[in-house]
Amino acid sequence: MNKPAKEKTNKVIRFQTGLQESRRVVSNGLIEKITTFRNTRALDSMATVLITVFGWTAIFVLIGIAGFLIHSSMRAFDEVGIWSMIAGTDWFPTSSDARYGFLPAQVGSIWVTIVALAACVPIGVLSAVYLSEFASSRFREIAKAIIEFMVTIPSVVFGLIGLSVLVPLIREYLPVDSGLIGLTAGLIVGVVCLPTIISISEDALRSVPRELRHGSFALGNTRWQTAYKVILPAASSGVFAAVMLGMGRAIGETMVVLMLAGNAGIIPGSPLEAARTMTGTIAQETGEVVRGSVHFAVLFALGLVLFVSTFIINLIADMVLERSRKKWRR
Amino acid sequence: MTSAKIIARVANMTKTGKKEVITFSDYSSKGARRVEVVVRAFTAFCCIAVMALVVFLLGYLFIQGIGSISWSFIFDSPRDRMTGGGIWPAIVGTLWLIALVSAFALPVGIATGIYLAEIAKQNKPVRMLRVAIANMAGVPSVVYGLFGFAAFSLAFGFGKSLLAMGLTLACVTLPVVITATEEALKQIPKEQRQAAMALGCTRARTLGKVVLPTALPGIITGAILGLSRAAGETAPILFTGVAFFAPVATNITQPSMALPYHLYIMATQPTTPAPHIVWGTALVLTGILSITNVIIALWRSAKRRKLQW
Repeated sequence: MNKPAKEKTNKVIRFQTGLQESRRVVSNGLIEKITTFRNTRALDSMATVLITVFGWTAIFVLIGIAGFLIHSSMRAFDEVGIWSMIAGTDWFPTSSDARYGFLPAQVGSIWVTIVALAACVPIGVLSAVYLSEFASSRFREIAKAIIEFMVTIPSVVFGLIGLSVLVPLIREYLPVDSGLIGLTAGLIVGVVCLPTIISISEDALRSVPRELRHGSFALGNTRWQTAYKVILPAASSGVFAAVMLGMGRAIGETMVVLMLAGNAGIIPGSPLEAARTMTGTIAQETGEVVRGSVHFAVLFALGLVLFVSTFIINLIADMVLERSRKKWRR
Repeated sequence: MTSAKIIARVANMTKTGKKEVITFSDYSSKGARRVEVVVRAFTAFCCIAVMALVVFLLGYLFIQGIGSISWSFIFDSPRDRMTGGGIWPAIVGTLWLIALVSAFALPVGIATGIYLAEIAKQNKPVRMLRVAIANMAGVPSVVYGLFGFAAFSLAFGFGKSLLAMGLTLACVTLPVVITATEEALKQIPKEQRQAAMALGCTRARTLGKVVLPTALPGIITGAILGLSRAAGETAPILFTGVAFFAPVATNITQPSMALPYHLYIMATQPTTPAPHIVWGTALVLTGILSITNVIIALWRSAKRRKLQW
């Protein structure tokens, strides 16, 4: 009769301090007990300190990135000047009268990003609306698993598939000489951004409190009327954050644009021209330049521009996301 | 049906005492219902199109690549100026990188996740740390490459080596591991922690004996996701030590081949195209990552079914 109860107590003791120590406490009395207690406390604070120290190393990586980028691009700021880089229209880094203007790369990046967002935001947000408002929970689970599986495909593989599937299509159906243009890169980058946009906006839509949805149904709205009159406005900040994060990814995407955008030196007037992007320029040229040269420093300055712009975009997304999270916290 | 009609029906119900159900469709007008059907179909189409795209990508890769997969393709070195032979040095390089990233990123990442979920207070500096980590996830991979080149290759003197590549990729992976660990720890109910504390466990012991074992599946899943992301990255290793051709790496001070870079360089090489190597490499790379992810997802859902509260 007593057996089960006894077992339970044993379990509790083991759970508390580990079997060996509790035995020691029982047999040796109070003094032993106190020392054990003290050691445990010391261990506790030691672990806490250790974890705290580790916890703060992450911030050093970020500071390190900024620090090394600034340090390595100092020479470019001194010799070329910040404005003649950011507002310079020519990128001829290897000619005798070298010009280091970032505008071709910046405009290229903007075109690719615009195409990518134009392709993936409507599809992504509508998919998220379907998943959160219409789909059954079973379908949603399966769909999310499949869509998020896309994250495991490396971007260089996306570039390869773009080269072999999309480039011939573009060349055939559009009036362009080569398929390696901003549009091609933008479309594939859009595909790369899709899972980010879908999963974050779906989260935002679903975090709208149930009461709002039910209130809207009670007023006679259909699901779609509820979605666009109530849920989307309520979740607008979350969806906006999703778009911003997608934009950050699009600007930062390297391998796809390196393989598909064409890397021309001029400022592209439209997505139908070959473009060079900031990421592509860095990836292509950093490996080849002489260390410590002006060109080398300029590439780091370009990296700094890229870092700052994605940092600002992510910061905005983060702030908006945090605010929307607070809005529905109860 | 208008609201006046519904009110009339409700009034009728109370008068006669007969109960009837007013369904959802009674509320909405015919036009709204028609729009509903169209919108539902359209959004469903978008969603299914995205899913079909994923299936297409994987299927296309499989069909193109399966023909070149053979024993010798996986276990041989490249031959004939990279147009023949296999990709073994690249596979070994990628495995080395995974091992190095695990060694650097997992301890720091998991500790940071524990710190944020268990120890950190809700104050300004901690909020800053969170913002910093969220932003680290958004830093373009090529910027990590520049940072790794300037910091690990040049400033620390590791040169072009597996070590420099591993450290760079570890920085890329860090935010993924941190976020996953924190999420996994946050999902554990407060009651479990309180129960352990009430039984006299210190914070460290609660963590070690109760919280971490329960959160382990989530943490491991996050770690694997981070590692598989690192294994697929090309841009961070471009300048830190990846080689067009190198023999099988035997220690971490050597440069090495790696699968994603091998794929990139083979796919964009105009002079000596070797499509079977390109597609084979793509399939091997994606295959390894996909299979790992499927296994880990199945394992986690099995674990989750067992641990329910």
